Amino acid sequence: MIKWKLAVFFVCLLPLGFLGLGIYREDLGPNPVEYLTHETGAWALRLLLVTLAITPLRRFTGWRRPVLLRRMLGLFSFFYACLHLLIWLWLDRELQWGSMLADILKRPYITVGFAAFLMLLALALTSNTFSMRRLGRGWKTLHRLAYVAAVLGILHFIWLVKADLLQPMIYLGVFLFLMLARLPALPERKPAPFRRKVTS
Amino acid sequence: MLIKPPSRIKPSEITDQEVWLKRRQLIKSAAAGTGLLLAGSSGLAQALYRGPGKRQGISGIRETDFGEDLKPTAYRHITSYNNFYELGYGKRAPSENAEFLKPRPWTVKVSGECDKPAVVDIEDILKMDQEERIYRFRCVEAWAMVVPWVGFPLGNFLKRFAPTSRAKYVEFTTLYDPEQMPGQERDVLDWPYREGLRIDEAMHPLAFMATGLYGELLPNQNGAPLRLVVPWKYGFKNIKSIVSIRFMEKMPMNTWRRVAGDEYGFYANVNPDVPHPRWSQKRHRVLGRGLFGSKEDTQMFNGYADEVAGLYKGMDLRKNF
Repeated sequence: MIKWKLAVFFVCLLPLGFLGLGIYREDLGPNPVEYLTHETGAWALRLLLVTLAITPLRRFTGWRRPVLLRRMLGLFSFFYACLHLLIWLWLDRELQWGSMLADILKRPYITVGFAAFLMLLALALTSNTFSMRRLGRGWKTLHRLAYVAAVLGILHFIWLVKADLLQPMIYLGVFLFLMLARLPALPERKPAPFRRKVTS
Repeated sequence: MLIKPPSRIKPSEITDQEVWLKRRQLIKSAAAGTGLLLAGSSGLAQALYRGPGKRQGISGIRETDFGEDLKPTAYRHITSYNNFYELGYGKRAPSENAEFLKPRPWTVKVSGECDKPAVVDIEDILKMDQEERIYRFRCVEAWAMVVPWVGFPLGNFLKRFAPTSRAKYVEFTTLYDPEQMPGQERDVLDWPYREGLRIDEAMHPLAFMATGLYGELLPNQNGAPLRLVVPWKYGFKNIKSIVSIRFMEKMPMNTWRRVAGDEYGFYANVNPDVPHPRWSQKRHRVLGRGLFGSKEDTQMFNGYADEVAGLYKGMDLRKNF
């Protein structure tokens, strides 16, 4: 399992690596701030959807291993959301706190994006084993916020574009598919037990 | 020719002769230094700004004082960061799909409320006197650049068709041909793209028809072979690849206003005090300036208020956005 975890860890760092390389080579095009903002936002959303794909994956394949990767995937989604927010605050709003606050309150796409970030923050802070134990049943309810964060993230994207809705609609389609895949009526495969050494 | 009556020339517009002479000297030495030939006594000089030679050069470009204090954005940025949905939907897509568009042969149909309607060939349009003007360009998406355009004043061109007194507006239309414009295969906008100006805006000396940039013919992604440039308005007014110009009595419907009339108006004048419903227009990012300090304050009428504010006297610019 540790090998799997390491592999996924490094794969999740690849987008950061590419962006870092782009900054170093000054190769991010005429509007690098916009490029970095869009890319980090997109990766936060993509990884959130990957996180939400784990449960259906287990249901239909009976494959349990990915469940153990879910926390890390979710935290990486939060990591890219942090970069996204940081780039916006620092390079786009230039740390003008007044204008940022006004945007968060007045511009609906920023309001929902910021709300999604706060949800991911709450999930990240309670992702440790200690919080799981402490919150008990409440933990599962709290972590259903992941669905809400995904919806708000997609809404943030939809409200941002001028006319071409193709890209955000693809994300919405994937999200709806992942939700439908949770319907109890669908046929399931029983999870295979973790392999144990059989002694005779 | 449009000649400004003396009373409209403000003292701030008059260049001190010493400064003027120095400027000419600088231009000449710069041209000589880069090995460019000056056309000598004819008064025609080579354009100050030259592209990388990817497109055919335009000869006999007259230099002007427009924007001589501005620093043009790099050619590669101007030609790789475009909103031209006809050639694709990302900023890079129009440059990647540029070869679909065939800017020759090309004609422009001029019709409507005028005495001399005509179909004009692009070769004849290119025979008009061409001049270089360096203008600020401000997109409604809050980014900006500086472009050394080549072309001619729109008013000079429009007068050839003798618009009548009923010509209160001018409508422009882009080519509709999904074979040449693959973006038109999707119904994202109501094709073909249309834009309009009030007749006095169209006749204003700053309104410009571009046939080139950086001294060369327009790249397809920038709206070859002919596009509108109205520097005090948001970029979407600057309609590309024009095939039709129509003089009209009633205000034409422009494409973005049809898509979202609460967000995009007819006038679309650059105005830092009237926000887009979804974002502020107070500041913009200048392309090509890297990660830090690339933003600056947006100016009223994109910095052309002295020249154009009079067109909108007495109008509520919040309502007529």
